[in-house]
Amino acid sequence: MRANRSLEIGTGLFVLLGFAALLFLSVQLPANGLKFFFNKPVGYAVTAQFDNIGDLKVGAPVRMAGVRIGQVTKIDFDTNTERAKVWLRISPRFNQIPLDSSAAIDTEGLLGGQYIAISPGAMPTYLTNGSRILETQSALVLENLINKFFATEANKSHGSGGGAKESK
Amino acid sequence: MSNGARVGVLELVRKTGETSVFFLRLLAACIPALGRPRLIIAQIYNAGARSLIIIMLSGLFTGMVLGLQFYAVLNRFGATEALGTAVALALLKELGPVLTALLFAGRAGTALTSEIGLMRATDQLTAMEVMAVDPMRHVVAPRFLGGLIAVPLLTAIFTVVGLFGAQLIGVQFLGVDHGIFWSQAQSAVALKDVTEGVVKSVVFGAVISLIAVNEGYHSEPTAEGIGRATTRTVVASSVMTLLLDYVLTAIFL
Repeated sequence: MRANRSLEIGTGLFVLLGFAALLFLSVQLPANGLKFFFNKPVGYAVTAQFDNIGDLKVGAPVRMAGVRIGQVTKIDFDTNTERAKVWLRISPRFNQIPLDSSAAIDTEGLLGGQYIAISPGAMPTYLTNGSRILETQSALVLENLINKFFATEANKSHGSGGGAKESK
Repeated sequence: MSNGARVGVLELVRKTGETSVFFLRLLAACIPALGRPRLIIAQIYNAGARSLIIIMLSGLFTGMVLGLQFYAVLNRFGATEALGTAVALALLKELGPVLTALLFAGRAGTALTSEIGLMRATDQLTAMEVMAVDPMRHVVAPRFLGGLIAVPLLTAIFTVVGLFGAQLIGVQFLGVDHGIFWSQAQSAVALKDVTEGVVKSVVFGAVISLIAVNEGYHSEPTAEGIGRATTRTVVASSVMTLLLDYVLTAIFL
């Protein structure tokens, strides 16, 4: 009876562990998964609004001069301003970021993910919990850039031919 | 065609037929075997719980080496942020199911074959038949079901441990951002990819367990015969795993 009991406990542990792993794979890993496991970011929350966030994702780092100071915790669409609203959580060690700092969405490397780069302003007051970064710069979307480039090229050649139209 | 080749082909066809007939008998015996869950639990313990250490260790090192290799390659393109994507997909879709199946064939499949083969050699199976106890129902079916249940669970454990192994190397040692690693992994993995891994592992579990119990049941009742049957189990289940892996991948794409 004793041996039987320890066998059942061993099997039970194995099966539970297996199902926990399956649960992790099916609930936690896919893109629409719940996010109850990964480390809760600490620090104060700041918001910023962007015209276009491109490919920015929750969990993307917030950097200042290239140093990681926090991360993106939530992305939503603001129906009032019709812009993307991004919540950032910045580590409490970096509590002296000027209030008029600006936020830009940059891309890491050629194929890398996007992150938020903060460039410091000059005001003597600092960002605190709940403040909003006013000055923002949208993500550069490569397709738009290419379109713009070709549009100007087309205008240019048209302009040199007809001479009537000014390029933007 | 030479005589040897003809005998070889004939033997392959015979073996396929033998396994197929055995599979049908096994399926018929599985339903009454479900009425004795204790026998199955004992086999899940033997095949699954006791393979846990080797699976977790292999998963950890597989994940770590994947993290290292992918980092080195991705670093050339300045795309180390894609590490999470690469590791998660590689583990989930291919390495998790296949490596677990190969390890399972070596660790538990051989044990199944030699156990049943020795029962055959020592006339225990015949003795059960004499006592009107169906060995298919009491010996073979629980072992098959135990393997079938254990392999998908082991695969899931292997994959999760591997992911954390890759995270250990990529994030802690090589300095990929923690948030990026997981968010990239999450954004690349769809539920379909998880399903693919689970379906593969169930199929591998069924095939390996079937080959193992079949080889044991039909092994020559000598010491040498059991040895040969055990070898055949490893060879056949490894080849079948890799072959079916290709077929299943083609189906899922």
